[in-house]
Amino acid sequence: MSEQSSRPVAGHVPVLRLGEVLLVTLQGDLYDTTAQQLQQDLSETIATSRVTGVVIDISGVEVVDSFLGRVLAEIAAQSELLAARTVLAGMRPAVAITLVELGLTLPGMRTALNTEAALELLTRPAVPSRSGGLRQESP
Amino acid sequence: MPEHEAGGTPTVEVRDFLRRRREQIAQRWADEPLFRTVFTVSRDEAVEAGKVVVDALAEVADAGRVEDPDAAGFSGLREQLSRMGAARSRAGLSTTQVSSELAALWPPVENLLVADMDEAPPERTRECASALGVLMGTLRLVAMQAALSEGQALIDRQRLQLLEVATPVIKLWDGIVAVPLIGTLDSARSQVVMETLLNAVVDQQARFAILDITGVPTVDSLVAQHLMKTVAAARLMGAECVVSGIRPAIAQTIVHLGLDLGTVKTRASLADALGHCLHELGTNIVNAAPDGAGRR
Repeated sequence: MSEQSSRPVAGHVPVLRLGEVLLVTLQGDLYDTTAQQLQQDLSETIATSRVTGVVIDISGVEVVDSFLGRVLAEIAAQSELLAARTVLAGMRPAVAITLVELGLTLPGMRTALNTEAALELLTRPAVPSRSGGLRQESP
Repeated sequence: MPEHEAGGTPTVEVRDFLRRRREQIAQRWADEPLFRTVFTVSRDEAVEAGKVVVDALAEVADAGRVEDPDAAGFSGLREQLSRMGAARSRAGLSTTQVSSELAALWPPVENLLVADMDEAPPERTRECASALGVLMGTLRLVAMQAALSEGQALIDRQRLQLLEVATPVIKLWDGIVAVPLIGTLDSARSQVVMETLLNAVVDQQARFAILDITGVPTVDSLVAQHLMKTVAAARLMGAECVVSGIRPAIAQTIVHLGLDLGTVKTRASLADALGHCLHELGTNIVNAAPDGAGRR
């Protein structure tokens, strides 16, 4: 029991709902079971609450291993199936370098500098305007 | 010649000889190119420096470790030797030439030793000359070590300086940073470039990062791989990375090598890249109208 209290093996990561967006904030070390639990919680929440976007803030995460990288990619893929876009926000430089060195470049994953930018990205239309074309000016 | 005791090992005899002839050896060395060209101010200075070297040699001989470059007697000598070696290198001499100048210190000492021991048995003279020769060889080794470590220290210092000055991150606009890369990219440098760029992205909350490779002379598969890694890492953090400054020759090379930069957004010049980023940010730059009023 004492080992369980010092190393939580099956905790829940809080999933907050902000309008049509789910916000998940990851902090510190994340255990494999916790990550899997989050994956399951998210898919259920998206299916029942009809949200259009998921923002995962990982600015508090210092280490992302290959497992967590894969779980994040799977979360993005399953959210896409449920018609919700996933944005990964606030990745630290060291984490980004590690992921690239591991070869986990997470293709197809939307990314943003911070939570604010991620929410802004989700409020924009699903298909971003192609570069090169003239930008639609708002009056 | 009362100095010629029958007893004592050759090294002891060499030590006694060095202490006895300290003045003459230093005087003769002062005329050698190595001392003459390093101590140009006055001959006395060269003689003093020669005496210091002779004293150190005598100390090493006293300890009986003529073949050991780490002997205690040499430690005080290293600074002076490296200074002399550095002075000769600055004068344009190659390592080989400095080494042969050091070797030129040997004959005058040998002549003195032979002249000193003309009454001793020839075998004894040979033994002493051999011990002294080993000692002079060790001195040469120590001098070369000192010169080389001096050169190595200089290279290390310059490499650090290069890493520091080589990667400035420039803020071009709110949310746009640029890194102009100059010189050849190796893995150590590209690692530093990647880290500085990503840290700047966080610090300045930049949505766009421009890697300008105008100053990179060649692009090979390794450099391309580093560029793609940096671009991928920046994208993971939520920033878009644009590579600019690809010259026609480099574009040809990349195509010839069959490198796929498909995942990397590229622009011809830094100005083009900046224009692209501004456009994506929704900022429009328009020429001022002749009457001074802005036009949308």
